[in-house]
Amino acid sequence: MKESQGIREYDWWLLALVLTVCAIGVIEIYSATHTSNQFAGMHIKQLRWIFIGTVLMFALSRFDYHKILDQAPILYLVGIVALVAVLAIGRTRFGAKRWIPVLGQFLQVSELVKLIIIIVLARFLSEVRTDRLSLADLLKAGVLCGVPLALILLQPDLGTALVLVPMLVVGVFLAGIQWKHALAIVLVGMMMLPLGWHVMKPYQKERITTFLHPEDDPKGSGYQLLQSKIAVGSGGFYGKGLGNGSQNQLGFVPVRYSDFILAALAEEFGFVGVFVTLMLYMGLLLRLVQNGRRANDRAGMFLVMGVAAALSFHVLVNVAMVIGFMPVTGIPLPLMSYGGSATLFVFLSLGLVMNVRIRRFVN
Amino acid sequence: MSYWFRNDSRMPQARLKVMSFGIMAMMALLLSGFWKLQVVDSDHYAQLAERNSIRTIPIIAPRGNMLDREGRVLVDSYPSFSVLLLRDDAALLERSLPLVADGLNISMDELRQQVDAARALPKFQPIVVKPEASKADIAFIESHRADLPVLEMLMVHRRRYLPGGFLSHVSGYVGEVSEQQVENSNGRLRPGDIVGKTGLERQYNDILMGADGQRRMIVNSVGKKVEDLTETHAVAGKPIQLTIDYDLQVAAEQALGDRKGSIVALDPRTGEVLAMVSHPAPDPNEFAVRIPREEWQRLNEDDDRPLLNRAIQAQLAPGSVFKIVMATAMLESKAVPKTMTAFCPGYAEFYGRQFKCHVYGKGGHGVVDFHKAIVQSCDVFFYNVGKQLGIDRISYYATHLGLGRRTGIDLPSEEPGLVPSEEWVQRVYHRKWYAGETISVAVGQGAVTTTPLQLARMIGGVAMGGVFKEPHLLLHAKSVAEDRFPLSEDTTERVTQAMWGVVNEGGTAASARLEGVEFSGKSGSAQVIGYSTRDRVGKQKRFKDNAWFVGYAPRRNPEIVVAVLVEAGEHGGAVGGPLARDVVKTYYEKKARKEQGQYTAEFKRYDPGSSEKGIPLAEAQPAIKSEDATPEHRVRAERANEQR
Repeated sequence: MKESQGIREYDWWLLALVLTVCAIGVIEIYSATHTSNQFAGMHIKQLRWIFIGTVLMFALSRFDYHKILDQAPILYLVGIVALVAVLAIGRTRFGAKRWIPVLGQFLQVSELVKLIIIIVLARFLSEVRTDRLSLADLLKAGVLCGVPLALILLQPDLGTALVLVPMLVVGVFLAGIQWKHALAIVLVGMMMLPLGWHVMKPYQKERITTFLHPEDDPKGSGYQLLQSKIAVGSGGFYGKGLGNGSQNQLGFVPVRYSDFILAALAEEFGFVGVFVTLMLYMGLLLRLVQNGRRANDRAGMFLVMGVAAALSFHVLVNVAMVIGFMPVTGIPLPLMSYGGSATLFVFLSLGLVMNVRIRRFVN
Repeated sequence: MSYWFRNDSRMPQARLKVMSFGIMAMMALLLSGFWKLQVVDSDHYAQLAERNSIRTIPIIAPRGNMLDREGRVLVDSYPSFSVLLLRDDAALLERSLPLVADGLNISMDELRQQVDAARALPKFQPIVVKPEASKADIAFIESHRADLPVLEMLMVHRRRYLPGGFLSHVSGYVGEVSEQQVENSNGRLRPGDIVGKTGLERQYNDILMGADGQRRMIVNSVGKKVEDLTETHAVAGKPIQLTIDYDLQVAAEQALGDRKGSIVALDPRTGEVLAMVSHPAPDPNEFAVRIPREEWQRLNEDDDRPLLNRAIQAQLAPGSVFKIVMATAMLESKAVPKTMTAFCPGYAEFYGRQFKCHVYGKGGHGVVDFHKAIVQSCDVFFYNVGKQLGIDRISYYATHLGLGRRTGIDLPSEEPGLVPSEEWVQRVYHRKWYAGETISVAVGQGAVTTTPLQLARMIGGVAMGGVFKEPHLLLHAKSVAEDRFPLSEDTTERVTQAMWGVVNEGGTAASARLEGVEFSGKSGSAQVIGYSTRDRVGKQKRFKDNAWFVGYAPRRNPEIVVAVLVEAGEHGGAVGGPLARDVVKTYYEKKARKEQGQYTAEFKRYDPGSSEKGIPLAEAQPAIKSEDATPEHRVRAERANEQR
């Protein structure tokens, strides 16, 4: 098998979109933090993460994804062990056990697990050689995702656990799930909802109730959503200008350099800025789907679409939260929010996409 | 292996298309949300944002007090108000300025200048327009809360020192942090912070300084508080307890009076500084708010140099006090026989030059042996000793007795003084040492200079047999460094016998005799200029000899050593001796009362005396007692601690 790995085969348009979004993010992180002693210099750190991520992306694209898929069972095992390890020895920060120290940094293991699940699902679904997914295979796929999902829920990290769901949904959808099965799952899910409510942590319940009735609690969780909406709304059509967003600069926007960075951007650059940014994201996501369609084989397609599913879900949940459509979940906006683990996850998953892309004519 | 992917390129094209449409639909949905917020309801949210403005008012942490060794308050703080100008609403600020200037009695130009100077600061950071609000200012602000929301009052803590410059060189004073300090502090200090500038305020700034807190509140568009947001409590600075004994400090201050000079009292057994006075002394209360430029200039240019802490910064010829170094060197080095005698006709000749004894013109000391040479402070004897020892041996012993280097006291900017040597002359002046210079150095003249603290440490250490504890001002210092330069029993005995004689055998400090106490010491009268220069310019006050006396008690293993410097005091024994005696007397009286169980630490107000031009006593602030110093500090500190 001859490999075509020419530099020209990389998706340079995709990379351009990615880096443009990153640049907007860095500018907004700077704007949101430059007056604060505590957070000053964050944009520089973020630049460093972006650089490291880009390097890792190219590095990952060099290993043939088929070889990576060959290792799926081992990767899966590693992921599960890491999740168990994090529960056993992980560091508790901000009230949850999510971090283990790696090379002097704290890495969020669940970010790595997301990547592993994308690979494992791609391997599993590509081995199903029919156009219609049997119930047995559907259930197997569900278990494959369900185990790590449960472990992440134990940390507890509802936000990250939820990301596994769209990966599975998109995967089985493309693998040819049968409508009757889909319908059955939805019905069972609806019936399980009250049970889910029962096992939720108090703070998670609070987030949902205040989301449904924000006026009941304008100082608590609802306060964050309200402040986010005020920042977004007061930005108007053209925005207040970089560094002039009073809600952002005065610290009314909660975690304005990370989860709510789009609120800060919306205040300072207005609807125009949001429109441009969301169009960039849309371009990026559609570009991913296109790469999936042009993949050399189903395995590649599943890999790329797993990434597309994860990123789409991130964007959807984060942006919907910023405009008050969804409760606060703590899911960052990919490529823009400040954060090492999250940024590295996005770049590594883009590495998988590039990997598939540069091998699309191979056969 | 990899069988599972081969030739399997069937793509679910239709479902992939669905995915693309899904993404587009998602974006459309999200954009519609933004459209609703930013275009349709924008005015509503703009209004909410307008109402949402935060006011951050700092809560200033009080600095820690300074207490004397018995817990009496020497330095504390009192609450006062500063006037803040809030600048978050530029238009409102602009409109309010004339009224503010009028109400606070500030000229419009000055106010405008202050506002312009703060342009670069974030808008939500208020500026101090008046550091000390008068009652009228407070009334003005309170009555105009509604129409002048740009004004706010800030409670600050002003440093309060004892009046008349009491202890001021030890305590130092505080001031606004300099730009350079801010840069070097790694973000710990911010512009506008009050930090120690000199003395202990500076030395122990990290202990004394607390951490400011802040109160954040949401205010509406007319500046009315809607609700409190967060409050970070101020953490009060920690107090420090000094080795200073207030009673001895008072005795020393009063003894020195309005003379120019210094008194240092040490406990040579521990290195604890019991009293430290330097006159003239500025009153740091005058710089507590903001020191006017002219006043600062005056203090700096004053010929009397009031900002100099003479106890550690006056580097002057020690005169005959240096003979104790010579005597120790003579006996320890054995280069000169103990039994040496000299004949003093009132002068001596060396290298073709005449060197006078201090009794020149009034006859001489006659035949002088070691003991008499110290008791009568005979220069001729020590000229001969010096000649035989040579400068390098003198320099060796002087350095090992602690001269020519800093004592290491916990005060900033201590001076090292100077012990000359052949090497030093070569390095600094690039010339050879003249043998005649050794003769001058032998009686503490020439290039040799010392500080009062060095002499106190030196004499105390010699009387202890060669144990030199590092002088310090912080009581309960964890470990006190010490130098050991063991002297033989014979040397210690002979030298201390001679110093006892200086006071008790009709020596140069006979007037300092103290009944019932083995008070000993050595006087010195150091020329400021040479005899020949004096003959040329005539007698002038500024060229009068500096008077030195370093006294201690008891004769062996002393409990207290007191160094006195009176600039232009002329006669070391007659002028300096009684001052040292007064301090030692106070020490023993207090000790006696303590032993009889009659002593309780009382805080009688220091009286700067009628000759002082300081604050008249009637107008002085009420006495500060440690119990009622500032209760609100303690409450605040406790609250802050609970928070942690």
